Amino acid sequence: MSVLLEVRALSKRFGGVQAVADLSFAVAEGEILALIGPNGAGKSTVFNLINGVFPPDSGRVIFAGADITGKPTYEVAHHGLARAHQIVQPLAGLSVLDNCLVGACYGRDGLSMAAGREVVREVVELVGLKERIDMPAGALTTAGKKRLELARALCGRPRLLLLDEVLAGLNPTEIERMIEVIRAIRARGVSILIIEHVMRAIMSLSDRVVALNLGRHLAEGSPQQVANHPAVIEAYLGDPKLMSDLKITTTSASEPS
Amino acid sequence: MIGVIASVIDGVLVGSVYGLAAMGLTLIWGVMRVINLTHGAMIVLGMFIVYFLAKAGGLSPYGGIPIVVVVAFVAGVVIYWIAVDRVIGRPILMSLLATFACNMILIGTGTALWTTSPYNIPVALPGLSWQGYTFTGTHMMAAACAGLIAGLLYLFLNHTRYGKAIRAVASNREAAELSGIPTKQVLAITFGVGVALACAAGALIATLFPFTVLSGANYQLKSFVVTVLGGLGNPAGALLGGIALGLVEGLATPFMPVSWTPIIEFALFVIVLMAFPRGIFALSRA
Amino acid sequence: MNVSADIEAEGGHKPGFTVPRRVFPGLIVVFGLLFGLVPYWADDVGLRESFLLAAVYITLATNLNLMIGYTGYINFGNIVFFGLGGYVCVDLVTRWHWPLVLAALAGGAAVSLLALVFGAGILRLRGAFFALATIGVNEAVRQFVANFEPWGGATGIYLTFDAYEPLGGPMTALWLVYLLLVAVMVLSLLMSYAIKTSKFGLGLLAIGQNEDAASVLGVRTPRLKALAYSASAFFPAVAGGLYFFKSGIIEPTGAFDLTLSIEAIVMIMLGGYGTVTGPLVGAFVYEELRGYLLTSPTVSQLQLVIAGLLLLAMVLFAPGGLVGFIHQRWPRTRAILQ
Repeated sequence: MSVLLEVRALSKRFGGVQAVADLSFAVAEGEILALIGPNGAGKSTVFNLINGVFPPDSGRVIFAGADITGKPTYEVAHHGLARAHQIVQPLAGLSVLDNCLVGACYGRDGLSMAAGREVVREVVELVGLKERIDMPAGALTTAGKKRLELARALCGRPRLLLLDEVLAGLNPTEIERMIEVIRAIRARGVSILIIEHVMRAIMSLSDRVVALNLGRHLAEGSPQQVANHPAVIEAYLGDPKLMSDLKITTTSASEPS
Repeated sequence: MIGVIASVIDGVLVGSVYGLAAMGLTLIWGVMRVINLTHGAMIVLGMFIVYFLAKAGGLSPYGGIPIVVVVAFVAGVVIYWIAVDRVIGRPILMSLLATFACNMILIGTGTALWTTSPYNIPVALPGLSWQGYTFTGTHMMAAACAGLIAGLLYLFLNHTRYGKAIRAVASNREAAELSGIPTKQVLAITFGVGVALACAAGALIATLFPFTVLSGANYQLKSFVVTVLGGLGNPAGALLGGIALGLVEGLATPFMPVSWTPIIEFALFVIVLMAFPRGIFALSRA
Repeated sequence: MNVSADIEAEGGHKPGFTVPRRVFPGLIVVFGLLFGLVPYWADDVGLRESFLLAAVYITLATNLNLMIGYTGYINFGNIVFFGLGGYVCVDLVTRWHWPLVLAALAGGAAVSLLALVFGAGILRLRGAFFALATIGVNEAVRQFVANFEPWGGATGIYLTFDAYEPLGGPMTALWLVYLLLVAVMVLSLLMSYAIKTSKFGLGLLAIGQNEDAASVLGVRTPRLKALAYSASAFFPAVAGGLYFFKSGIIEPTGAFDLTLSIEAIVMIMLGGYGTVTGPLVGAFVYEELRGYLLTSPTVSQLQLVIAGLLLLAMVLFAPGGLVGFIHQRWPRTRAILQ
């Protein structure tokens, strides 16, 4: 498999806090890679550095052979790297259709309005927003807004999707449905880099996992390997809730399905 | 050379009054993220209150300032409840337009009442001579008053219950609300205090220069420049910013016609804003 | 905002209810023809003067709406385009004897270009900062022009009667200028509609909603904002050229009158920001209201107060404006009343 995204020795400091330190990892074409770590591990900062919300202090971000380090967010999007936010940011006054159209018309291909509408129609079907296409985005439920985040990002026809806790705040049924959607997206050839706290989902979705703590690379490997890695367990010890998640998921994931 | 130094010192004296006005603007922004566009009108209100107190009541303008502060505080609270409360948390367009509408109403009423002809308050204060240059007594007195009021504001913000509540709301409104602070009340008081500072500054400016109903726009622009220089949301920075602006004005006066000062101020404003577009926010969060 | 509605109207996914997509521009053109011809047929100079002001207001409000309503950037100093366009045009006509239309267009092009360059810088400022800077821009330009001797400094430039001769004398010239201003108004409205229904407009609306999110979706925000700023400068500048040619004099206070800039915002809020017809309706209502109030001398003093009260009432109680209210009341009108 060829490498799609490569993060090389990325570092970022905020005041006295080293948010990300000398972090390197790579996402292969067609892969789902999960980024895990306790709260404050610097996961969202890594996303912000990758898609250009702010530039890193040092290190490089290479995407599909192009150096995109510190490029503005729109340029990153034009390269085919889309992002769904943890805190949903719908264009509240615009309809679901228009929200998606922005993604389609200004994304990687910069489609015309007519061509964009075709793409949107396909995508809303996939994520299950078809019935709500004329609704103002602000009127959607939380789950609906999460789907919209995903749909908009997808409409840009990205090669890599950054998913920042798209499952947070959803109920178990909604989580199941969302996981199906994410699988369907991957089946269409889109690579995915995902941050998630719902460990069960991580274990069942991802091909590989990178664990972070305090902005540093902690462990990397298959979901089971990382979940059983002593350094990861130690990092998670301060967080009993996550710890129990970790245990449940390792046992259930190791059962034959 | 001595002429330039004298001009700079004089600029700094006047600048501290600009700083006082800007403190009102920056305090309101820091606490509720509203740019108070009634600011200029409030400076003018302060001017006219001391004018009429002096004319009708025979009161010295400096003695009139406590009355100005009380009236302005009430006016500020009233404006808050009528026009600002409903637009808090809505797009910035709405708060800008709401306060601007109040500004139009105030200026329009002022024009109808007092026309746009110039007024001035004659104040007799002895000046101070130095190397053949005289520093006007009113300028020194105004700077002293501005310093005194700024000091009182500092004490209010740091050593009273309401002041602490204001600072709590400024740093995190939700958390303040959760810990039982009546945030709306605090916002109203902040607006009142901010307006009172503008009015007090206006009263002091009235002792320095002639003024008209429309003078507010000019001083409002100065306040914006000062706030941006000092970092929006930072009252102490505003005072320093005011002094910095006064310094620049004092430095410029001997070398170019007065009509060019707005252009210099504006250039300064845009350059600072452009050079530190995020830095200003970062300061206000600190 | 009703972008979704016009996409439906363009033959979207609801085949039951479609309005042909050329209806709205057609309505604008018909409105413009009536607007231009009624005073001419009535041969009523008073009506013409009132309509002329309305046309100027509609032009100013419609173009300002590109920034305020679509892009979400509050430009308090929009009048600077009007004034500068006026100066360039009057200068070209008096000093270089350019024909009026060419001079006005040149003024529009020059000011638009200036806005593009200047906008690229000033639009890095967000929200309140941008709004404050625009007040400063207008003030600084006014002061500059007042000190700029080639343009007559504080006294300004006067036009002599000779200037009207190429147009067949002052009487004909006034009618001609009126019709030209109506044309500028119609073109402004058509441009507003074209932008709103275009990909460019979609990008602007996205910026207006949430600039950071728009950028993450790939909207090249700095370029789009600068283009919108520049586009919003062109027709006001052309209108300024025509208007000050008609007035026979241009001087800094009248050319960069911040009040007019603010009134344009009142008109937008009155009619409904972010819609094509809102500024039109708002400007027309405001102009007629003002004309009515001005006839009473006590009220004329309080024009600013009334405008302020009107603005405050709209902001607090009906932020969607008249058109927004109609849309809410009768949703079907969204398709026709853009």
